[in-house]
Amino acid sequence: MQAQAPSPVATAAASLSGGTEVAPALAAARLALSRDLTLAFRKRGQLIQPLAFFALVTMLFPLAVSPELSRLRAIAPGVLWVAALLASLLALEFLFRDDAYDGTLEQYALSGQSLTWLLFAKTAAHWLLTGLPLALMAPLAAMSLGVAAAAVPGIVLVMVVGTVALSLIGAIGAALTLGMKRSGALLALLTLPLSLPVLIYGARATELAIGGTSFIAPLELLAALAVLAVTLAPLAAAAAVRISLE
Amino acid sequence: MRWTWFHRLASPPYLYALAARLTPWFAWPAALLILGGLYAGLVLAPPDYQQGEGFRIIYVHVPSAWMSLMVYVTMGVAAAVGLIWRMKVAHAVAASCAPIGASFTVAALVTGSLWGKPMWGTYWVWDPRLTSELILLFLYLGFMGLRAGFDDTQRADRSAALLAIVGMVNVPIIHYSVIWWNSLHQGPSVMRLGKPTMPPAMLVPLLVLLLGFTLFFAAVLLVRVRAEILQRERAARWIGETLRA
Amino acid sequence: MNLRDSRAVPVNHLEAENLQLWRGDRHVLKGVGFTLSRGECLQVTGTNGAGKTTLLRTLCGLMVPEEGRVLREGRDVRADLPAYHSSLMYLGHEAPLKADLTARENLYYWIGVRRRVAGAELDAALARVGAGACCERLVRALSAGQKRRVALAGLALMFAPLWLLDEPTTNLDAEGQQVVGALMAEQLARGGAIVVATHQQLPAAVRVAQVLELAS
Repeated sequence: MQAQAPSPVATAAASLSGGTEVAPALAAARLALSRDLTLAFRKRGQLIQPLAFFALVTMLFPLAVSPELSRLRAIAPGVLWVAALLASLLALEFLFRDDAYDGTLEQYALSGQSLTWLLFAKTAAHWLLTGLPLALMAPLAAMSLGVAAAAVPGIVLVMVVGTVALSLIGAIGAALTLGMKRSGALLALLTLPLSLPVLIYGARATELAIGGTSFIAPLELLAALAVLAVTLAPLAAAAAVRISLE
Repeated sequence: MRWTWFHRLASPPYLYALAARLTPWFAWPAALLILGGLYAGLVLAPPDYQQGEGFRIIYVHVPSAWMSLMVYVTMGVAAAVGLIWRMKVAHAVAASCAPIGASFTVAALVTGSLWGKPMWGTYWVWDPRLTSELILLFLYLGFMGLRAGFDDTQRADRSAALLAIVGMVNVPIIHYSVIWWNSLHQGPSVMRLGKPTMPPAMLVPLLVLLLGFTLFFAAVLLVRVRAEILQRERAARWIGETLRA
Repeated sequence: MNLRDSRAVPVNHLEAENLQLWRGDRHVLKGVGFTLSRGECLQVTGTNGAGKTTLLRTLCGLMVPEEGRVLREGRDVRADLPAYHSSLMYLGHEAPLKADLTARENLYYWIGVRRRVAGAELDAALARVGAGACCERLVRALSAGQKRRVALAGLALMFAPLWLLDEPTTNLDAEGQQVVGALMAEQLARGGAIVVATHQQLPAAVRVAQVLELAS
């Protein structure tokens, strides 16, 4: 086959592709990731917003409930997770919105690359910019609620795993609401019920970590959720983005 | 040109006519079964030895809770069919399911909390079934909210269909995590039903009502699907012809 | 392997068969069909709302027609969309540029997702479209015409056999239009095909093989 002289059609095609090499899927995904990180660092002000929100929500509880550390310590796991859930929800609206407006998502969908991988990369960037900082900030918030320093590694670990799942589940909601002018409340209505298992296992693992006992069982369940989200959520998000481009 | 119109609309008029023909076949048996079942359950069945007359609310609560899940599954399957095979009438079916399912969910929640009052002296208990039911209501509301958010029917159909599929994957996960959550904070599962010890005089009316509710759902769904098709195909010529005929 | 098949039977580069598409109650594409060979340019005209953009989006596979199909090299493009997509370049009237990236970075990320691209290539392309001075400037600071030129540099870098262009000459001065003309002529000369939707006059360098008028 290869020995045959190339046809005019084939030569034309070769000159069109210009000897250029198609980027492999992973390289394309890495590029999408670094693009989003670069963009985020150009607008550093926005990066702080979810963190400030997280701190603010945490602060509401001593004011609303009681400044007594013993009482706050009892509700600390719930406070941390509700605050983290709301903060990651707040950041979701911007996950795909700008790229939908300026046609970047369209170019991604037409790039010949896997849209699933590209959206996974975008979600990963989003997690690095919001989920991970939240997890790293959680011990600070926890200690302000009277939690002992010994619980810090556990809290961070649980939060890291949980926010991965939250970002991915949120990506589905963000992609589904792309065609809308205002999506804030609807995004919450779509995302929060789907995030409840993460909240349940995350809060329980945190509670055990604070109590100083083994939190491996809920953490495993949480990790299972995260793995499931990693596998399925980008597929669903890609399908949703395609629908929004129709 | 005429052929494309014909082709495109071939199934909606067919389904419209079929739904009209089938509705009585579901509606009448549903009415008979529900009336009979209610009579048997509320009057004939003996009072429960523990709960007295109060237990009779299960004859509404359990079928409603059962339907709330079944409608969600029906909706998810219809949505998947619509999404995968690009079948418009399937989206019409999914869209018609949502308000029915949400109504069953509300009925299950209301009867559940009414039941709670004599049982535990409070209208609301964070029982795993009631909690799951409440989350299910939010899933329905999300589906309807997403549909309402789009002006374009096609996009609303397809986005909502995707959400319904995601929801179907999640419903068992949510359900089991809620059960897991509840088992931690002890609290006996209050509405343990369908015990094998349930005497036939109590069980049979329940089964009759389950069947009756299912048929009732089918009848209401057919009516709603017809309305939905009329709404969607309002510009099509067959509608005028059908309605005049 | 597409190419091997096409050697046996000479087939048309891009073909649309009886495309029918509705948006809600609106019948937008009413049986659109055409056949485009290599090296040919098809101009799609029609008033605003006649469905030019819809046609382009249908041709590139974003929208699915209710009836009809799009064929490339005699094959339904839906059979292998990723392969089809890597052989086409769609440029909508909004250029996919980020205000907070420089012109060069924008091109790097945009083209880089599709193929490996060297920095020198980017600079050459920007210089070619007369935007060499904008290389390191943030797109936020560019005028509408300059942004358009950056988008054209993307076109110059994309060696795709099929171009689908939506109003490529908008916002461009006479010189910019010349650049578009030259790029398009080059694409045709090397055997590529172009579908361009515009109600404006195309630059003289572009030999339009067919005109398709969409009625609203």
